[in-house]
Amino acid sequence: MNLSVNIAGVTWKNPVTVASGTFGSGAEYSEFVDLSKLGAVTTKGVANIPWEGNPTPRVAETYGGMLNAIGLQNPGIDVFVKRDIPYLKSQNATIVVNVCGKTTEDYVEVVERLGDEPVDMLEINVSCPNVKEGGIAFGQNPDALYDITRAVKAKAKQPIIMKLSPNVTDITEMARAAEAAGADAVSLINTLTGMKIDVERQAFVLANKTGGLSGPAIKPVAVRMVYQVANAVKIPIIGMGGIRTAADALEFILAGATAVSVGTCNFVNPQTTMEVIAGIEDYMKRHKVEDINDLIGIVK
Amino acid sequence: MGISKITAEVAVQKPIAAGIYDMTLKVGEMAKEARPGQFVSVYSNDGSKLLPRPISICGIDAEKGELRIVYRIAGEGTKEFSGYVSGTKVEVMGPLGNGYTIKDKKAIVIGGGIGIPPMLELSKQLNCEKAMVLGYRDETFLKEEFEALGDVYVSSDLGTAGIKGTVLDAIKEYGVEGDIIYACGPMPMLRAIKAYAEEKGIEAQISLEERMACGVGACLGCVCKSKEKDEHTHVHNKRICKDGPVFDAREVEI
Repeated sequence: MNLSVNIAGVTWKNPVTVASGTFGSGAEYSEFVDLSKLGAVTTKGVANIPWEGNPTPRVAETYGGMLNAIGLQNPGIDVFVKRDIPYLKSQNATIVVNVCGKTTEDYVEVVERLGDEPVDMLEINVSCPNVKEGGIAFGQNPDALYDITRAVKAKAKQPIIMKLSPNVTDITEMARAAEAAGADAVSLINTLTGMKIDVERQAFVLANKTGGLSGPAIKPVAVRMVYQVANAVKIPIIGMGGIRTAADALEFILAGATAVSVGTCNFVNPQTTMEVIAGIEDYMKRHKVEDINDLIGIVK
Repeated sequence: MGISKITAEVAVQKPIAAGIYDMTLKVGEMAKEARPGQFVSVYSNDGSKLLPRPISICGIDAEKGELRIVYRIAGEGTKEFSGYVSGTKVEVMGPLGNGYTIKDKKAIVIGGGIGIPPMLELSKQLNCEKAMVLGYRDETFLKEEFEALGDVYVSSDLGTAGIKGTVLDAIKEYGVEGDIIYACGPMPMLRAIKAYAEEKGIEAQISLEERMACGVGACLGCVCKSKEKDEHTHVHNKRICKDGPVFDAREVEI
């Protein structure tokens, strides 16, 4: 039985990774998960310099999901290269580094710094709803997305995955722009912008007022968007949004995703990824499927 | 063993004051790892509530494999917990956070409101001269258990127990002195204690709280501001769930 998938020339031993920002740089979950057993570890976003992030409260629970407005707090590329990459390498993980920035130059600087590092792929975060500059500004306009994808691709030594925002009218337009500019893959969806109000205090729950909604509550939206994008572009898709079980992951794969990410549900059960992988294997046995690749996008 | 996530079982639970519950959980080996000032993440049995509720550890019985938690109903999640009875299964992750660093110095142990419970296990483990100062809104709880351990001074917002005022009013009123402070309670109390400890030139270990998601230092949801650049985050943020919840008052900006 084959669980391995190929994404832009990089082989993952199975189609399951973690969503950026929900897994630190791996070390925080090493008591629960053997990092080498994941298809890949996708790191928390890293910028050219350290970012302090937003004020607290940064997180809030919602029905079947949660809001976050962390604001991409990160230690900066210097520390990341010295500490986090060697750690992940020592754990034999396949490494996807999530890159964030405020300007095109910021992104390019990080991508160049990672060029000679033992990193397998880069995921470019152009869809964080929680920072004013950069991020989402690139992710909601197809021309801006095209330009930054071109700029990053020109300097990147590893394959690049453009992470798309669901906070757009037509996500296929964004996926096509990324593909046309040379993206090797796309990942979707990032969080949906949301808000929660504390009625007793008559105030916003999050200090940032708005935050990104994630978790099982958004899964049907995410599956629909993966299906649409799969029918619009030829590059591989990493699907995510509320995956908690193998069945959830398989919905994304059947809709057209080559791989999937577990995000918020790492907080619910730190072993979610391992259970999803085992569950996919069981499903393949039950359905007599020899190769996971035979399941990708077969629901038309 | 470190941190683990297990299915625990409620041994016993009872209300001990209005909206405040006292629950003992059978957690097995996890109890051996626990220290005063640490907390556990308690998960709801309702699938629509994803995130665990961080609750401080009030009592540790390593031999029986039990942890005791005393919490206030603060929302739907804790309301659900309050309905649990002996035998209810509950998902628990822990022990989490750093806990207090016990020092052999004359201690002032201060608890305010729902910050009182973690001070009970700490007080049990402090085998030195100590005074315990408890601040309540009105109704007292756990007071008799503290009194069995040494001198207890009480304040309450409404004057219904002890002196009317804050824990610092009680410290001044009764002339409580010590060489180290251990504290847990609401932010205004902790701010006042930080200032008091600085004025007296003594160490204060204070326990902070914030809305959390992962509980293990990954999501960066529950940070507080640090005086110096933090070694892990490389910014002026410390993770309350992982680097805390107990901090030297001098190292955090609150």
